[in-house]
Amino acid sequence: MSARNPYVRPMEGWWRRNPYYVRYMIMEVTSVTVAIYAVILLVGVWRLSQGQAPYEAWLAALGQPLAVVFHGFLLLAMCYHAYTWWKVLPKTLPLIHIGGRPVPGLLLSTAGWTATLAVSAAVYATVRWCGL
Amino acid sequence: MKRSNAPIFWSLFGAGGVLSALVGPVLVFITGIAAPTGVGMPPAALAYSRVLGFAHSLGGKTALFAVIALFLWHAAHRIYHCLHDFGVHPGAATRVLLYGSAFAGSVAAAWLLLAIGR
Repeated sequence: MSARNPYVRPMEGWWRRNPYYVRYMIMEVTSVTVAIYAVILLVGVWRLSQGQAPYEAWLAALGQPLAVVFHGFLLLAMCYHAYTWWKVLPKTLPLIHIGGRPVPGLLLSTAGWTATLAVSAAVYATVRWCGL
Repeated sequence: MKRSNAPIFWSLFGAGGVLSALVGPVLVFITGIAAPTGVGMPPAALAYSRVLGFAHSLGGKTALFAVIALFLWHAAHRIYHCLHDFGVHPGAATRVLLYGSAFAGSVAAAWLLLAIGR
């Protein structure tokens, strides 16, 4: 019996061949930073439940220069994550019609980006100037 | 026909995606950069008594739980599909590990927030 050896197109490194796919992969990998940040917050809640000294040790750890630089990277990734989430939103939603016309995708994305800016400003102002 | 469980995981992924797109950047900025360095936010913003008061309130508990749990579910779902894109074809074990971690993290967050009390 002769073993057939059909050609299988190699998929190794497929996403590096096209800048569009590279951007797609960066978007996908930013989800790791979302998980890392959730774990940082979870540790914070855990330390908070243990009392003042453990909580303040957690805060002090966040103030280390290396931690701040790390959060700088987290912030960049989180911004890209938020930007792409709204950017691809029109592709994940069914077409929405208003007055018989389809709502353009860019309008939906812009609404999302605007919402992020508005909510961010509200959260920042609340934490800074109001009671929590 | 057996019902697919995909809608449940996709809904958690979608909810986490919306929440992280809305508040992810500003939260990282506040807790990771502004409050620790005092740039743009007094360090007292995250003082123990203030954050404890927040965690005592029902709204605060809900917010903390939603952020932690939905961020974890969102990430677990996306990482699972991302592994496939990288040519790693994860089986049921990887799926259990990823979604199991998100589940464990959610339970831990709920338990800790309840333990903190009112």
